[in-house]
Amino acid sequence: MNIKADFPTLIQEIDYGTPESKATKQVTLTVDGQSITVPEGTSIMRAAMEGGVEIPKLCATDMLDSFGSCRVCLVEIEGRGGTPASCTTPVGDGMVVRTQSDRLDAIRRGVMELYVSDHPTGWNEKAGTGASEFDAVAKSVGLTENRYGVEGRNHVKEEGGVAPGHGSLAVDYIARDESNPYFTYDPAQCIVCSRCVRACEEVQGTFALTIEGRGFESRMVAGMHEDFIASECVSCGACVQACPTDALREKTVLEKGMPERSAVTTCAYCGVGCSFKAEVKDDEVIRMMPYKDGKANHGHSCVKGRFAYGYATHKDRILSPMIREKITDPWREVSWEEAIAHTAKEFRRIQYQYGRTAIGGITSSRCTNEETYLVQKLVRQGFRNNNVDTCARVCHSPTGYGLGQTYGTSAGTQDFDSVEFTDVAVIIGANPASAHPVFASRLKKRLRQGAKLIVIDPRRTEMVKSAHIEADYHLPLKPGTNVAVLTALAHVIVIEGLYNEAFVRERCDWAEFQDWASFVALPENSPETVGKLSGVDPEAIRGAARLYAKGGNGAIYYGLGVTEHSQGSTTVMAIANLAMATGNIGRPGVGVNPLRGQNNVQGSCDMGSFPHELPGYRHISGEAVRDIYESLWGVKLDDEPGLRIPNMLDAAVDGSFKGIYIQGEDILQSDPDTKHVAGGLAAMECVVVHDLFLNETANYAHVFLPGSTFLEKDGTFTNAERRINMVRKVIEPKARYADWEATQELARAIGLDWNYTHPSEIMDEIAKTTPSFAGVSFELLDRVGSVQWPCNEKAPLGTPIMHVDGFVRGKGKFIRTEYVATDERTGPRYPLLLTTGRILSQYNVGAQTRRTENVAWHAEDRLEIHPHDAEVRGVRDGDWVRLASRSGETTLRALITDRVSPGVVYTTFHHPDTQANVITTDFSDWATNCPEYKVTAVQVAPSNGPTDWQKDYNEQARQSRRIAPLAAAE
Amino acid sequence: MTMQAASTEIASRTAAIIDEMKGLEGPLLPILHSLQEEFGYLPKDSLPVIADGLNLSRAEVHGVVSFYHDFRAKPAGRHVLKLCQAEACQSMGSDAVAAKVKQLLGIDFHETTRDGSVTLEPVYCLGLCACSPSAMLDGEVIGRLDDEKIEEIVAEVRS
Repeated sequence: MNIKADFPTLIQEIDYGTPESKATKQVTLTVDGQSITVPEGTSIMRAAMEGGVEIPKLCATDMLDSFGSCRVCLVEIEGRGGTPASCTTPVGDGMVVRTQSDRLDAIRRGVMELYVSDHPTGWNEKAGTGASEFDAVAKSVGLTENRYGVEGRNHVKEEGGVAPGHGSLAVDYIARDESNPYFTYDPAQCIVCSRCVRACEEVQGTFALTIEGRGFESRMVAGMHEDFIASECVSCGACVQACPTDALREKTVLEKGMPERSAVTTCAYCGVGCSFKAEVKDDEVIRMMPYKDGKANHGHSCVKGRFAYGYATHKDRILSPMIREKITDPWREVSWEEAIAHTAKEFRRIQYQYGRTAIGGITSSRCTNEETYLVQKLVRQGFRNNNVDTCARVCHSPTGYGLGQTYGTSAGTQDFDSVEFTDVAVIIGANPASAHPVFASRLKKRLRQGAKLIVIDPRRTEMVKSAHIEADYHLPLKPGTNVAVLTALAHVIVIEGLYNEAFVRERCDWAEFQDWASFVALPENSPETVGKLSGVDPEAIRGAARLYAKGGNGAIYYGLGVTEHSQGSTTVMAIANLAMATGNIGRPGVGVNPLRGQNNVQGSCDMGSFPHELPGYRHISGEAVRDIYESLWGVKLDDEPGLRIPNMLDAAVDGSFKGIYIQGEDILQSDPDTKHVAGGLAAMECVVVHDLFLNETANYAHVFLPGSTFLEKDGTFTNAERRINMVRKVIEPKARYADWEATQELARAIGLDWNYTHPSEIMDEIAKTTPSFAGVSFELLDRVGSVQWPCNEKAPLGTPIMHVDGFVRGKGKFIRTEYVATDERTGPRYPLLLTTGRILSQYNVGAQTRRTENVAWHAEDRLEIHPHDAEVRGVRDGDWVRLASRSGETTLRALITDRVSPGVVYTTFHHPDTQANVITTDFSDWATNCPEYKVTAVQVAPSNGPTDWQKDYNEQARQSRRIAPLAAAE
Repeated sequence: MTMQAASTEIASRTAAIIDEMKGLEGPLLPILHSLQEEFGYLPKDSLPVIADGLNLSRAEVHGVVSFYHDFRAKPAGRHVLKLCQAEACQSMGSDAVAAKVKQLLGIDFHETTRDGSVTLEPVYCLGLCACSPSAMLDGEVIGRLDDEKIEEIVAEVRS
């Protein structure tokens, strides 16, 4: 396939200058003789653009509210004096507007001439890219001269003109800021239009930028006139995207020139699923530009999605298949044919020797729906068992179970746009500002408009308090007491009669509600009792319950702080109960919204990755469902659920499970109790890792198949709002095969007759066999951009909000949520509770982000500890500490902060050196085995370096990553 | 000359002022004025404390502080002399007045004499255009500046 022919040009999105008006009343006006009808409240600038008339502009862009400072967009309006700015003047019925006249031309040229005099040679090719909006406006107004000279006080001087960023210093010159790894700020090119400052405030919500000084001295600066890297900037890039000059510009663009072609694709980081234009030059990605038509992000992004794609070309990427006899041998590079044949032979041998169920597979939440579908198909059709699982086991399996039981579907109920109608947001066990930043920006915007916020989290996260954001209630509960606190909220709602009886009677089973109500009303669920065991002020519980029940549209957003507990499924049910009891389900602004961690964790669950479920969450024991696949695949399916990941590892240790195909997942680093995982893997005879890098799991692998990045393949990702987004190939697979092709090769090698020529054919098979995907096809996605499942005859364009007229399962089901304390308890030896989380600049186990410039922000994992706990242990900020639990111990450096309560410590797990999961135990959710990452009893003590385990591990990792030099020859 | 306070002390005194004035509508400017009164200038260390206290970003506080020329980043001299440099005064020779004052004091605008006796600043209109060129010394306005008055002023601030 010729990619260049598919996406020959750079996609140019129209900039309407000002945001869309949501008014329903229509107004008709005339612009340059053309009649245009737009909603009331639309600016003249936007109305003109909708009619195809582009008015020159500098300080306006449609991501931001109008500002009216640049004076370039002036127009004439019949019957009105002067030349008003078209960006700040709303349309009026019958208005007659002229956008061009001799007078307007002269004014615009005059304004541009002044700008140019204050802008180093400005509009010619010596300044930056020569392709900025400023350059375009200078051309469009016919600017040909500059009578004022270019020796402005804030400029640099150079022979024959003034170039940006260098030259001799003038009085107010500020040197170029190169501190951010991804973009440059050259103050000499700034025209003080404030677009960057407004983007940081309105779009991102960080408020890291300001205009310093006044008059001629005014200049944009970050923080308190700091380097970008030292300021409050989170490097989301909204300012760079907004800048109409080259003052803020991507370093890649400055180094390599403007991109030449682009395709719309979907980010491969978190579950928000932002749409991007991948902009390419000579088969190299120059930049990722957020796509304004993207329904999840509406043109915004975070530092990871926009900038952290460098891992795709990192030198650590393995581009050749490799095999070895024993994991102590060095790797030997081989051809794809040899690697595939070897794997097929090994898998067949193991099945012959140890039985049909001795092998299995793990699907990836990082890969496409089509790839995931193929891996589970390979296991069920090819391996003839159900030993398939996915990393959602360790994150959101309780969501699937809990929401499935109560509502009848295993997914969030809303779209992200719903947040614009939310009056009370409840965030439980999630820190969207770090883990789902683009959603956090949208939520913060709504909070600045006046919505209320309740945060239930052991840690004082950025959502609890940051610029212009302050939670109305923060319930800093002790890790492991989620169920108790949520049941206490329900207690208040029931006892004080705050529930929505009409909704419950109509939509839920009234008898079940009464049973539940009598349970939550018990005194042991009162805020006073729960307050004692959770450490939360009872009055705060009461206040939060009243606010959520009666504050208008209440929406619950939650993350892994809910699911990764021994009572994860119970907590999800408690959340579902609260939403049903208060009637906060089935319309915009409300709902229950799991914030999914990975780009396609929703999709990998949808695609039948669990050992007990076929695609679309249909149990393997259902004969009718098996029939569909049996007749299509021509095999008899096993009707018993297969092994989950922890069971596979147990079975491996026991000697009955010997081979595994792991696509795009690093279970050694991401799964709990690292030593147990390592033991299981070491006991297997054929571990196949299909990944971009020699990840930690690959230390125990016998076959390595090189993977492809999201830039190198076609397919779809499904985000946290059930939205199926297109992933488009913009560069050829660097290791020859896209992942779906490699899986197909393996399937063929074990004798399956697979003949997919394009992922669209895989999606067609999914649609044919799965009712909730019946209407989905690549053709539809190409046409409408994206759809949210269920997408079928009843909802041909998908379903933004679920349970609108009734719950999927019929009547909503209330389930008693008895609090059972975890078996993981603190005691004299392990008196502190460890909980884990994420940081903005890093992603998950860090395999990608650690291989980008994002390490500028987070070079290592740190242990957050309260000053009191630190002091009694003699730990100072930055000291090495030993972190020990019943399972193991590791060392890392301490960060003293009161973000965590006394008795609680916190760390991230982005770096393999830290091995945070050496510490975590193998306790898990009672229903789904989701590990209890969020609660581990630990002790912290001063230390002077890495533990023996860390040293041994590093040595083993170094040994096992050796690639034989001979075979490495080209 | 006011001694620069140690940063922990700055933080605690700043926090006390914020606590007292936080409830006001639009509390930022009154807080900045109080701080300048307290310290004689706005210590850089106090700005992040204000940002945290009012739930603003550091950038926002810096933007406001830097907008107003009257907020100082370091302590002023014992006297503050402001010379009007606006249009009316310029037309009556304020350039020459400024040159003379700078020469006599040995400093430029925005500078303080090494003995800490006086800080010289430009100002853009004191509303005293009818008596141009004009100045303000420690809050008192002075009109119709000429060589004699300039020398008097310099002698006074030097004493």
